[in-house]
Amino acid sequence: MGNPKGFLKVKRKTCGYRPVCERVKDYNEVFTLRSDRDSEEQSSRCMDCGTPFCNFGCPIGNYIPEWNDLVYNRQWKKAFELLEATNILPEVTGRVCPALCEAACVLGINDDPVTIKDNELAIIEHAFKKGWVVPRPPKKRTGKKVAVIGSGPAGLSAAVHLNRKGHLVTVFEKDDKIGGIMRYGIPEFKLEKHILDRRIKIWEQEGIVFKTEKNIKKNPDGFDAVIWACGALTPRDLKIPGRELEGIYFAMDFLTGNGNAKGKKVVVIGGGDTGADCVGTANRQGARCVVQIELLPCPPIVKTSSSHEEGCERKWSIETKRFVGTDRDLSVRSIRCKNRETGEEFEIEADLVILALGFLKEEPKEKFCAGDMKTGPSLIVRAINDGFEVAREVDRSL
Amino acid sequence: MAFGLNTFGPAPKTKVLKMLGYEKYKTEGLYSPAFEHDSCGVGFVVSIKGEKSHDIVEKGLQILKRLSHRGAVGADPQTGDGAGILVQIPHDFYKKVFPKLPQFGSYGTGLLFLPPNKEERKAVKEAFLKIVEKEGQVLLGFRKVPINESEIGESARKTRPVIEQVFIFKGKRVNTRLEFERKLYAIRRKIEKEIKAESFYILNLSSRTVAYKGLLMAEQVEEFFLDLKDPDFKSAIALIHSRYSTNTFPTWDLAQPFRFLAHNGEINTLRGNINWMRARGIDVIVPGGSDSAALDNVFELLTLSGRSMAHSMMMLIPGAWEHDNLMRKEVRDFYKYHACFMEPWDGPAAIAFTDGKDVGAVLDRNGLRPARYIVTNDGLVVMASEVGVLDIKPEQIKYSGRLEPGKMFYIDTETNRIVEDDEIKEEIYSSRFYGQWLTENMVDLDDLHKTGSSVRTGRDLSLQLKSFGYTREDLKIIIKPMAEKGQEPVGSMGNDTPHAVLSQRPQLLYNYFKQLFAQVTNPPIDPIREEVVMSLESYVGPQRDILSESPEHCRKLRVHEPILLNEELERIRSIQKNGFKTKTISIVSPKSLDAICSEAEAAINDGSTFLILSDRGVDKKHSAIPALLAVGAVHQHLVRKALRTKVGIIIESGEPREVHHFALLFGYGADLVNPYLAYEAVGLLVDEGSLFLDETTAVNNYRKAVNKGLKKILSKMGISTLNSYRGAQIFEALGLSDEVIKKCFEGTPSRIGGAGFEIIEKETQLRHQAAFAENGSDLLDTGGIYQWRKDGEFHLWNPESISAIQDAARNNDYGRYKEFAGLIDDQSKQPTSLRSSFKFKAAKAIPIKEVEPVESIMKRFATGAMSFGSISGPAHETIAIAMNAIGGKSNTGEGGEDPARFKDNRRSAIKQVASGRFGVTTNYLVNADELQIKIAQGAKPGEGGQLPGHKVSALIAKTRYTTKGVTLISPPPHHDIYSIEDLAQLIFDLKNVNPSARISVKLVSEIGVGTVAAGVAKGHADMILISGGEGGTGASPISSIRHAGLPWELGLAETHQTLVLNNLRSRVRLQTDGQIRTGRDVAIAAMLGAEEFGFATTMLIISGCVMLRHCHLNNCSVGVATQDPVLAERFRGKPEYIINYFNFLARDLRETMALLGIRTIDELVGRTDLLEVDEKLLPWKAKGLDYSKILYRPKGESHCTQKQEHGIEKILDRELIKKGSGEYKIKNSDRSVGAMLSGEICKKHGEKGLPEDSLRFKFTGCAGQSFGAWLAPGITFELDGLANDYVGKGMFGGKLIIHSPLKNIVIGNTSFYGAIRGEAYIRGMAGERFCVRNSGVNAVVEGVGDHGCEYMTGGRVVILGPTGRNFAAGMSGGIAYVYDKLGEFEPKCNQAMVELEELSLGDQKTVKRLLENHFKYTRSPIAKAVLDDFKAEIKRFVKVMPIEYKRVLTEEEIELLEVGDG
Repeated sequence: MGNPKGFLKVKRKTCGYRPVCERVKDYNEVFTLRSDRDSEEQSSRCMDCGTPFCNFGCPIGNYIPEWNDLVYNRQWKKAFELLEATNILPEVTGRVCPALCEAACVLGINDDPVTIKDNELAIIEHAFKKGWVVPRPPKKRTGKKVAVIGSGPAGLSAAVHLNRKGHLVTVFEKDDKIGGIMRYGIPEFKLEKHILDRRIKIWEQEGIVFKTEKNIKKNPDGFDAVIWACGALTPRDLKIPGRELEGIYFAMDFLTGNGNAKGKKVVVIGGGDTGADCVGTANRQGARCVVQIELLPCPPIVKTSSSHEEGCERKWSIETKRFVGTDRDLSVRSIRCKNRETGEEFEIEADLVILALGFLKEEPKEKFCAGDMKTGPSLIVRAINDGFEVAREVDRSL
Repeated sequence: MAFGLNTFGPAPKTKVLKMLGYEKYKTEGLYSPAFEHDSCGVGFVVSIKGEKSHDIVEKGLQILKRLSHRGAVGADPQTGDGAGILVQIPHDFYKKVFPKLPQFGSYGTGLLFLPPNKEERKAVKEAFLKIVEKEGQVLLGFRKVPINESEIGESARKTRPVIEQVFIFKGKRVNTRLEFERKLYAIRRKIEKEIKAESFYILNLSSRTVAYKGLLMAEQVEEFFLDLKDPDFKSAIALIHSRYSTNTFPTWDLAQPFRFLAHNGEINTLRGNINWMRARGIDVIVPGGSDSAALDNVFELLTLSGRSMAHSMMMLIPGAWEHDNLMRKEVRDFYKYHACFMEPWDGPAAIAFTDGKDVGAVLDRNGLRPARYIVTNDGLVVMASEVGVLDIKPEQIKYSGRLEPGKMFYIDTETNRIVEDDEIKEEIYSSRFYGQWLTENMVDLDDLHKTGSSVRTGRDLSLQLKSFGYTREDLKIIIKPMAEKGQEPVGSMGNDTPHAVLSQRPQLLYNYFKQLFAQVTNPPIDPIREEVVMSLESYVGPQRDILSESPEHCRKLRVHEPILLNEELERIRSIQKNGFKTKTISIVSPKSLDAICSEAEAAINDGSTFLILSDRGVDKKHSAIPALLAVGAVHQHLVRKALRTKVGIIIESGEPREVHHFALLFGYGADLVNPYLAYEAVGLLVDEGSLFLDETTAVNNYRKAVNKGLKKILSKMGISTLNSYRGAQIFEALGLSDEVIKKCFEGTPSRIGGAGFEIIEKETQLRHQAAFAENGSDLLDTGGIYQWRKDGEFHLWNPESISAIQDAARNNDYGRYKEFAGLIDDQSKQPTSLRSSFKFKAAKAIPIKEVEPVESIMKRFATGAMSFGSISGPAHETIAIAMNAIGGKSNTGEGGEDPARFKDNRRSAIKQVASGRFGVTTNYLVNADELQIKIAQGAKPGEGGQLPGHKVSALIAKTRYTTKGVTLISPPPHHDIYSIEDLAQLIFDLKNVNPSARISVKLVSEIGVGTVAAGVAKGHADMILISGGEGGTGASPISSIRHAGLPWELGLAETHQTLVLNNLRSRVRLQTDGQIRTGRDVAIAAMLGAEEFGFATTMLIISGCVMLRHCHLNNCSVGVATQDPVLAERFRGKPEYIINYFNFLARDLRETMALLGIRTIDELVGRTDLLEVDEKLLPWKAKGLDYSKILYRPKGESHCTQKQEHGIEKILDRELIKKGSGEYKIKNSDRSVGAMLSGEICKKHGEKGLPEDSLRFKFTGCAGQSFGAWLAPGITFELDGLANDYVGKGMFGGKLIIHSPLKNIVIGNTSFYGAIRGEAYIRGMAGERFCVRNSGVNAVVEGVGDHGCEYMTGGRVVILGPTGRNFAAGMSGGIAYVYDKLGEFEPKCNQAMVELEELSLGDQKTVKRLLENHFKYTRSPIAKAVLDDFKAEIKRFVKVMPIEYKRVLTEEEIELLEVGDG
């Protein structure tokens, strides 16, 4: 802990955001990176707890207090080395992770938590800038071959860890590019895709073989082990009257370019992060207005994402009863809702409805499975951890 | 301390007569007689003119009686721990009773303890006959010694041997007395070796002296031995001893005096001393004896070798010469020379010795035992632990003095004079050319040619670090602070990680060892403030025969610091001087320990004088054998082969990095250590920018930190020099198998067995393989010991358990509590504590309603001693309110309590009395239900504490009765407890002040704590608390948190078993604490012997603590452990939470009790039969663990059923209270006079007491210890005569006037300790530690011994005479004015915290007023002389001003003139 009194002196300061009026006009990342100086100062707020709940809360066990201390002391390189030891994709989690660590931060008990996520991002971007992030292929190859099916965070995590152990890893991806949900589920304005490309290039140089547009259905031949990490692919549906109407999209379809919100009245059903991503995307497409509804009551502390700031009405405790369309073109015109607290029923106009209700968990059948495919839909950071754990298991079995 | 027979390994192959007898050395359960301690009263009376008389004998016996309060009685009130007398042979008397005696001097005699069995006695006598003849002497016969056993105790009678006396006539070929004494010695040794029967013992065998002693109480000696009553029984010398032993089975033969000496104190380095004697191939120490007996054995050997008694004693117990520039060079040379071949016997000691002609006495180098003497006008010298042991009329007294550390008191009865210390020393040092010998032969490492070479690993550093088990934490938390600040790192909140043997992770061998520490029977030393006595200087290389002296004896390599730099090591490696030769032996595997030992032996035979055991060269194929294992094996091997003293052992290892590691290496025999990899780690930190220092400075800082830490570890055990610490094995192993102990650490206790060589090997391999794994990471492991980490070591307090208990307590949710209890109790994945491996046996359950109710169980709960100061005000009060609500007890901790809390629900029922005595006012004491004497605390036993000035807020200063902003130091020992009888005295003091409070004593678990507790029980404590070594703390060196003290399971079980075996358990209650959390923990604690249970960390966690472990930084973000008002605001704890928790705990416990079929806690205490080991839970390393000793269940009363007899019914204070002001006679057995009276006054009148001089008492005579203790406002004590130790202890506003016609020592040691207010005028001199930790008394005295005004924080002291050394050490406040007539004060003053100044006008006024008072009250001629010529004389005063105090006073503009008119 660089400065024991840091938390009393320095106020929390997160990364800045570009002005709403500016950012809604493009698909570039909404936030601006913090200066190194700010990050160093923010790191001093970390108390280097004897029992760091952040480290406990972080699914991959990032050495948060250690790298905070190093950043405070301007030992960026060491901080980067420690960050890299636990996290294969800090430049992704540093942007889009919901930051369980910050929720767990001890300082958060009676003050604003440390800006852990932003510190993580600062370290990795600093490292890229300095050219420290270089391929580090294993010193020796074991001669074993491993196939990883799926190139989302879980699959990549497994691939990277096994490659580090010296196994030859081939990653198969059904789509045309590597990244899975990170590439196709997260809008550009939250995560510019060149970030992923930058990393994948390094991994290629470390010796991982990526094969895209390979929709593998059964264990491929010629591998000593196969890991399945295909994600959770079945979106949860809302089977209510009117579901067959036009203009109702699953979030993932919407985010990958289906449907266009331009000039439309958009309703996003589902109050989670994906829902927020849909809000942001809809606004960028030029939606007339956006409403987001959530089944659960309003929590005591409402998380406002950047997308919400860009214009969105949020409603809580709303149950969707049915989709209402016109007879003419069979497309949706409004949704019939019920307020679960007051019992009042009403309609919300909508000519584009997005279902952001998560995904269904399916029972995995394969021996080695990782990520959402195994656990059901979850966070990127959990998928990274799961990929790592499966990799360890596979490594032991080889 | 005594050691069992096994100390010497297999018995020599002589014919051993098998005899019956009581079992002396039996070991039961955790109790072992090997850890008994004793301490005592010692004294002598001698006619300087050598005039033999029966009167001297009677006087000797009289002294014995008057010291009886310093002895102890066991469960049987008529059986003492032993007492005896050593006199000149009363020839006339023996001639009368044994007519065939030849003339005096031509025969030897001695008393014998013989077996009760007739046949066996016959066999002994036959052996005598045979051996005496073989030695060419004549056996004259045996005489039955007449005894009267009607008065002695039951157990003494049961074990009484037959006592006879033997007479041996001098053989023809024996010429001198010395030759004859040697013959007698040879006879005795031969018989001792031939007859190993437990009821056989030769008291002594001499032509000069004879000893009478036994398992008697002091006053019984005279009645028991009828000889002593005969008027013809005459001697000019009577040396006496009365024993206070902690032990459970005191024996006849361990009574003192021994052949030459009587000893009050304890030899801490005994294990090493015995080993070193053995290493020399000298077999003189009789197994089964006490430390004092062993010292006597060696002393005897040295004198019989032809050295004088004084010379021998100076060899064994040297003064603190290393840093004493005031000592004559010749004397220092003498000590230095002898340090080359005799390690000091270190520990508190007052020793009286005689050979029948001369009598002498010495103190240990630190003066830790009291010894006073009086010389009378008619040529008598009386020396004893106390003054006043003989009623001598004041006009008869010529001189009254005290023994001084490092000085010898010596009487030659042939030349009829007292020989001055200077003279006696001069005689000794001038007999040889020690100085010249040293110059010519001793080589200084600093003078050796610099080689310039220094090896650096460089390449693969991270692999090396990993192979040796370095973690990132080691670098960040251990090495960095050491290299940065030259200090050992500090941490907090205890240790909740698994014991090494239970941990799933590979552990360094060091982690299996726990540091032992001094408690009660012997004081730890303050290595900072009393650095004058500490030394790390080493004399390395081959040693010569101790029985002769030659120039070559000092052919040694002198090394100032035992931690070698690489370059220094190279100097030794290439040494070519003095016949020195160095051999490097690799300890890199594959290689066996046996091979290393043989190599070492071969090297010695080849003439090597230094062995370097080196683990350089670790690579993929070669791993390092643990350096500790290697040094232990080699050292033990060489000791066994009597080769160890031929060589110096140097360790060159990558392994040691923490202070604890170094301490172990030295403790198990290393002479010097070179930690090359630790240095490289320092270099790495510099390179990577973690340290903003150059590498040389950083390495030097690191080394400084190690040295400091080493001194601290030595001092915890009460050891002052590395030379006597080396090989002393002051450790206990936890989890190592017998096989390992036997080969490498013989003699080290390892009570539960554990890991063998294969496990140790496997742990090394695991680390090594991980380091050199293909495609392994360069990153060091996380560690996770000091801070929890997801991928680090397991902690019982972890995010899950902390959240669970906080939720449960806040939401009053028993379900959540059970989740918490599950997280703690189910340790199947990672056993952590010893108790985790237990399970309850199946039993017949009872309905829960039959079990003792929650309310009554909660009365047994107490909270740990956490001071207001270590935790915030709101936190402290929250705990107190909760405990008062449930009928439990909260504890003030050290540092007092705001009197505003005394009468309301924020009051702490337990008021602690710790070594700093802060805030321990009379009023505080009378407002307690329990007074707790804190001897040690789990996290840092044997250490003191310090509250830096910046943390001493106005409120803290107020409750501690000190000044805001002035640093407060708590010394490591209580300066009024250096031994067990001193503790008994403090218990007596406290009981007097507040007779309605129970007195408890807090000890920390370590081997031998049971026997210490037995002593404490004999000292009349009402309750004994055994704290586990894992307990939490506000601030403590990290190594102490982890490595000092043992878990309570062991300490509690040992204590309980020892007390039961000793029939003392029924007199005293037991409490335990240290990481207790759940109902299961409480149940196990009860089963192992506790009636009450303490909680500290859990209290804090419930109050919001999330284990930041920042307590020592004053930076607690949740407002628990902080004094920062901004942070304290954040405190969110509530008494209800704590109340909820205790309700859950009691409920949980009741559920367990119901399942076990137990109705009350009392029924549960000691029921180890309800526990068994859960074998399948033991992890891979722990398969060899054996818990049977912990689970041993002795027969006997197993919980407290009766009250202690405190002996306060018929004391002088009762009379004072009844009769009020007036004149009284006083004698040394009138102890703690004034304490009860003061308690009464504060009970009635509170803090302010009575107006000045309301009650006036005038005493004549010799006052016993603690005269005027806690003297309350309004009381004036005047004493015409002398006083013993602890005058004015804790004085709280009273006035004390002591005058004596004598010029010399008038009051004893440690006066005005922790005194708070009041005035004192002493006409005459005081002993050591005058005004130690004085908070505010104004005192005048006419001279003081060593360590004057130590740790003082307030008050004004005028010293009208000489001072001893180390004046003002640790003095942070108050002012002393020293009348430095001869200008010799400055070098005696420790100026680390003070400045010497001229007196200001204000100061002069203060001094004048005090002197006027002094003259008014005592008619002091010195005061008068100064006052008569004040203007001139005041210029000769020096003002001793603490630097910090001065700054604070200037800042605050506090009025300096606060002295009353008197």
